[in-house]
Amino acid sequence: MKIHKSLWIAIGFVLVLSTVLAGCGGGGSNAGGQGKTLIYGRGADSPKLDPALVTDGESFRVTENVMETLVDYEKDSMDVRPALATKWETSDGGKTWTFHLRKDVKFHDGTDFNAEAVVFNFERWMNQEHKSGKKDDFTYYASMFGGFKGDEGHLIESVKAVDDYTVEFKLKEPQGPFLQNLAMSPFAIASPKAVKEDPGKFAQHPVGTGPFKFKSWKKGDSITIVKNEDYWQKGLPKLDQVIFKSIPDNSARLTALQSGDIDVMDGLNPDDAKTVEQNDKLQLFKRPPNNVGYLAFNMEEKPFDDKKVRQAINHAVNKEGLIKSFYADLAEPAKNPMPPSMWGYNDEIEPYEYNLEKAKKLLKEAGYEDGFEVEFYAMPEPRPYMPDGKKIAEYIQADLKKIGIKAKIVSPEWQSYLEATEEGKHDMALLGWTGDNGDPDNFLYVLLDKDNARIPAQNIAFYKSDKLHDILIKAQRETDKAKRTELYKEAQEIIREDAPWVPLVHATPPLAAQSYVKNYVPHPKGSDSLAEVDIQK
Amino acid sequence: MLIPVLIGMSIITFFIVHAIPGSPAKAILGERATPEAVERLEKSMGLNDPLYIQYFRYLGNILQGDLGTSVKTGRPVLEEIGPYLAATFELALFAMLIAIFFGVNLGIISAWRHNSTVDYGSMVIALIGVSMPVFWLGLMEQWIFAQELDWLPSNGRMDPRMFFEPITHFYFLDALIQGNFYALQDAFNHILLPAVALGTIPMAIIARMTRSSMLEVMRSDYIRTARAKGVGETLIIYKHALKNAFIPIVTVFGLQMGLLLGGAILTETIFSWPGVGRYLYDAIHSRDYAVVQSGILVVATIFVVINLIVDLLYAYIDPRIQYGKE
Amino acid sequence: MSMNAPTMPNQESVTETKPEQMDSPFRDSMRALLRHRSAMIGGGIILFFILIALIAPLLLPFGYNQIDADARLQAPSAEHWFGTDDFGRDIFARVIYGARISLWVGFFAITGSIVVGSVLGLIAGFYGGWRDTLISRFFDILLAFPAILLAIAIVAMLGPGLENAMYAIAIINVPTFGRLMRSRVLAVKQEDYVLAARAIGMKNSRILFRHILPNSWTPIMVQGTLGFATAVLEAAALGFIGMGAQPPEPEWGKMLSDSRAFIQSAPWTMVFPGLAIMLTVLGFNLLGDGLRDVLDPRMKQ
Repeated sequence: MKIHKSLWIAIGFVLVLSTVLAGCGGGGSNAGGQGKTLIYGRGADSPKLDPALVTDGESFRVTENVMETLVDYEKDSMDVRPALATKWETSDGGKTWTFHLRKDVKFHDGTDFNAEAVVFNFERWMNQEHKSGKKDDFTYYASMFGGFKGDEGHLIESVKAVDDYTVEFKLKEPQGPFLQNLAMSPFAIASPKAVKEDPGKFAQHPVGTGPFKFKSWKKGDSITIVKNEDYWQKGLPKLDQVIFKSIPDNSARLTALQSGDIDVMDGLNPDDAKTVEQNDKLQLFKRPPNNVGYLAFNMEEKPFDDKKVRQAINHAVNKEGLIKSFYADLAEPAKNPMPPSMWGYNDEIEPYEYNLEKAKKLLKEAGYEDGFEVEFYAMPEPRPYMPDGKKIAEYIQADLKKIGIKAKIVSPEWQSYLEATEEGKHDMALLGWTGDNGDPDNFLYVLLDKDNARIPAQNIAFYKSDKLHDILIKAQRETDKAKRTELYKEAQEIIREDAPWVPLVHATPPLAAQSYVKNYVPHPKGSDSLAEVDIQK
Repeated sequence: MLIPVLIGMSIITFFIVHAIPGSPAKAILGERATPEAVERLEKSMGLNDPLYIQYFRYLGNILQGDLGTSVKTGRPVLEEIGPYLAATFELALFAMLIAIFFGVNLGIISAWRHNSTVDYGSMVIALIGVSMPVFWLGLMEQWIFAQELDWLPSNGRMDPRMFFEPITHFYFLDALIQGNFYALQDAFNHILLPAVALGTIPMAIIARMTRSSMLEVMRSDYIRTARAKGVGETLIIYKHALKNAFIPIVTVFGLQMGLLLGGAILTETIFSWPGVGRYLYDAIHSRDYAVVQSGILVVATIFVVINLIVDLLYAYIDPRIQYGKE
Repeated sequence: MSMNAPTMPNQESVTETKPEQMDSPFRDSMRALLRHRSAMIGGGIILFFILIALIAPLLLPFGYNQIDADARLQAPSAEHWFGTDDFGRDIFARVIYGARISLWVGFFAITGSIVVGSVLGLIAGFYGGWRDTLISRFFDILLAFPAILLAIAIVAMLGPGLENAMYAIAIINVPTFGRLMRSRVLAVKQEDYVLAARAIGMKNSRILFRHILPNSWTPIMVQGTLGFATAVLEAAALGFIGMGAQPPEPEWGKMLSDSRAFIQSAPWTMVFPGLAIMLTVLGFNLLGDGLRDVLDPRMKQ
């Protein structure tokens, strides 16, 4: 009996206490108080904070502000500008690169940034197997530089410190996109001291030279970074603290923005863009497109081995309608496999117009007058280039029906989806790509070259054109941008004619922020530097 | 009985998880899963050994207290799971508190006013409550209380601006320890909507159980005697009601706590609550084998232990003994 | 979300039935059931949903997948009673077609659980010994899993889709019926007539089919009705997290999760599918309670 009584009293007490607390209401004025704090709402937590180890945007979003690269992209484009390296020159036909480093830069742990640090980082990435026997996987390093030390295709022969502030790279072959690659977030320079002390811990507590220092991490919830008082760019950063807060659902995140719980949100539903625009307290941002969403045919399967069938379906997709319905006009219709903002884009390409009669005619010519049945894979999860694959597939499905094609939508879970498509189990599939380094090679070669059409394929159209292959390889080995541009323009013409895809859209993902957030510039690569962002209430 | 059940669970989980198509390497790499990258990553994860060897290695590690390492974050599961568990536990406890408080009172009132409008009303509420799709209730709450009325926050455990460093990761406890009453209030505001959503079904069940056990008591002689003696009715009812309600509540508590622990996924999804259900669900999605296997095992162990405690409590507070004492 | 919740071991009916003189037990039960108010309400709701599910195409001016980009997210009106979704599809039509899906999934999942659970429970209870130990342990193990997580894992293994969701729901509900059947068998086994049948050397199979099964099915039926409610909820939950029905199927849970994006601009996309789920579940709960009161007073404790 006694237990009961005390238990009841306890329950009663807690409830009463809670009600009283709730009654207090109002905003806790204790909140904040840390100077200028920006809360950035996003869809998921970061897996690891060592940029070299990850491939996902949510990790880069944070590390981008903590660690810096030798060269960086311009504030609003994918062009390269100096960062930790102030200038560079290349010799030996593009095989030797010399970088001159910025002098007065220190890591957050107080150690100096210098040529040794740069060499240490590159050595760390290229030696996959460490003395301790532990293996780390530096995925991006391997994919951008042809594997690791000892691998046949490994591009970097050596990285040497010429003096304290000069680094020399020797490459086995010239690489067209080399500089573009170095600007990527995964190649940010880590403090050698922090890495050596505890390599395992580094991914939990990154130490770099960036405008913000890592402070704390509540898993699954939020990451806090604070101002680096000794940042080498005087007067920056303007904020005292940034908190990255995970709110998985897009609408819930918008609610949080509207109620002032967060200051900036990524991943706005296109449909909510209007709501944001109409709200004086909020402002809308559009991230410049650096992506493509596409529908790939499996060219190894009948009837898609027939060019006419592929072209017919190209005529049967209403891109404008798709954009209106699912992107709330926040996308551009695609006619090429790469985004229009990228150099090398061929704007003279004639898009396939939406015309069901033409589509029917082409089908008839191909001998498929009565149509056919196909399995149409639609991705189960929102991607930056496609907010809702299943719905987009439903939309296309309705048009295909009109020209006699019965498409059955298949939407396995995301990993199974990737596996099925790269093994060519689909007849048609939706997929897309977000650019890594601002180089056309990163779209055309990766997604459409025959080298990548082996299972498991990234070229899920299984498009194998020798003609295209020759051009793309030539462009890879070329370092002259003008010549490369011409090659890529030619490539796009070939692709247009062969129609391995229906290029659907280049999405400009919308973001929203409080109107008092200033100088925020969404970057095409998907993660943004917050150094210049300010709050002016 | 605990050990064979846990071993059985570990086997089932292990093989289900490994039978899910798609490798963790691909889950991590996404669109960028080139064959070389996948192969390298899988090798570094030790996924190339035969399945049964992997299982025994896993079992061996568990016996040594090593729950494995998450491939996604590279951190030990044992270290990582704590805060998530605490978040879910806090939510489930609070939901249970609400369920007990409202459930018991609803049950008592409707037994007291048996066959009255109040009784019918309460029972209709209970019936609807027990039929409520929790995710729908959660969405409706968000819509009404967070959006339209803007009374309560719609997601998370605490305002991120709050200067607050968790110690135990039970935010209420932490706030109390630190004497931070703003944080306490904020935590309360955040937990209210999800806890109501999660507590609705147990609330309804408790209300119905309390009502029927109360009806029995009301017919008993000593209540009549007490009434005849002129003891205040409210006092009698609450005194006896609480005692009698205790048994069913303990039962429901034991059963539902376990369900809430693993089953709060939907509530956690809707309210962006960084709990263990969500954690495991994400792990299933990203094929994070160690997290799924060990996580489910941990949750199940807690569930089994709670039920064990409930059984012990039963023996301790057997109703017949209580009545005998009276 | 407590998926297994709507089992109410200690139920009391709202209306009480008085004993009457009886001609046959079945008729008597039927009569009692017809007089049981909440059971009738529940039965009425279910009949209503079955009816609209059957005659759905006759009822509707719109197909459930009739896309109209110009009629996106319209509020409820005379034309679209429940408004339209982001495809411009009529939500009323989708909710009605959704009844087909939910009832279908619920029915087959629960039938599956009952068949498998009963067979296992029979074997365990009737033969005892190592079979009992093995099967009971198996039930313990399944019950120790958080049900929804187990369902998610199973669906992830089989691939998302309505059918696989149905299998998963069937599997996670097996132990409920298995345990029930086992305990019934154990109880019936001790009854005099079974002992007598054994004594005169009746064959096991005959005892099973003549005596034990007929005497065990009432609680199974009661539990099956309540389990139907659970299954509908579980299917909707799986649909909600994208592991159940796939587009363009108008499954209620999936409609709810699709509606999340419009919680601000078009709340009707959220209100109606949820209401439909709740009503269906309520119907089965009411009917199940009523059946229990009428058929199986023992379960009332």
